[in-house]
Amino acid sequence: MLIFREANWSAWMRAGLSGDSAAYRRLLDDMTPVLRVLARNGLRRAGASIADADDVMQETLLAIHLKRHTWSPGEPLGPWVAAIARYKLIDFLRRRGRRAEVPIDAIIEDLADAAPAQNDASMEDVARLAAGLPGKQGDVVRAIAVSRRSIREAAEALRMTEGAVRVALHRGLKQLADLYRMENA
Amino acid sequence: MRTDELIHVLAQDAASAETPPRRALLAALALATVLAAGVGALLLDPRADIAQAAHQARFLAKFVMTGAFGAAAATLVFRLARPGGSASLRVLAAPVAFVAVAVTLEMLVTPAPEWRARMMGANWYVCLAYVPLIAAAPLVALVATLRQLAPTRPTLAGAAAGLTAGAIGAFFYAAHCPDDSPLFGAVWYTLAILIVTCAGALAGSRLLRW
Repeated sequence: MLIFREANWSAWMRAGLSGDSAAYRRLLDDMTPVLRVLARNGLRRAGASIADADDVMQETLLAIHLKRHTWSPGEPLGPWVAAIARYKLIDFLRRRGRRAEVPIDAIIEDLADAAPAQNDASMEDVARLAAGLPGKQGDVVRAIAVSRRSIREAAEALRMTEGAVRVALHRGLKQLADLYRMENA
Repeated sequence: MRTDELIHVLAQDAASAETPPRRALLAALALATVLAAGVGALLLDPRADIAQAAHQARFLAKFVMTGAFGAAAATLVFRLARPGGSASLRVLAAPVAFVAVAVTLEMLVTPAPEWRARMMGANWYVCLAYVPLIAAAPLVALVATLRQLAPTRPTLAGAAAGLTAGAIGAFFYAAHCPDDSPLFGAVWYTLAILIVTCAGALAGSRLLRW
């Protein structure tokens, strides 16, 4: 299972890194339920509430996105994803005042075996913060999110160039991660 | 915005224009070296007898020692910069062994009553002040680059950056330093490098979380 997933994941990530947003979306869609399980099991193991699982999952997703250049295309994606998931879980628990041992083996095992868990479609922290993201960056992130616009459609709607939209989007996502960490510090 | 919307937004930002870790860190190391050489040259003159010193094993050993520590520490930084990167401190075995051998040889060829004087040297306090001073800009360069990467052990990554910067600082300080005995180096260079390592660990725990 792990090997099957990883082969796809690595190929999709490679395609995504070179600009194939459809492949990249497949990767994110495929990873999300798995990340949710990792978060739930991790929180449960640490004795924390699994109500926060989707927060941890969204933050992990955002971190994977912002740090994707640190994955080496020659390596399997699974261990890299597991390391980020573990780091984000520990970081989350630390901010909640818990020190937890999160064994990487358990995460990798989950990654291999766990049945994906479905979304409860609730509004999570990262998403809520996106709603309050200030300035042009916030406009761009919301314009793309709300009606599932592409870069080009968002550029037309906001009367910006596509390049400016790309830059604002990238900055907005970075800012989103910073806001999240600041709020939960 | 729900998770599926977040995914849609992330997918629009698929292509990555960020520099891969290896290249970013190589550039940071080059910058760190240039900065240390520059600050070192600005603050200190090379010792007056450098032409003769360049033929002496003790003087040269200082560069081998600091260079070896710098290279070993840099490999730790490369590994710790990426998620899940594990760093075995075993890479430090070679430089530590080199210092141990140099100290042992020095103790074999010099009479015991002289050891203390050689260890204390002429100006250990200059060493303790200037090595961290020369290492400061390189440490900033390395930590700034690590912030763009993804160390999952921030404190350790910061310490490795500090060890690298400290070794680079000591390397360039060595050309000025009049004390060549391995006994001096093993104590004061090590202590000076440790100060920078601690500064790096502190910076790492504060600045390298993401």
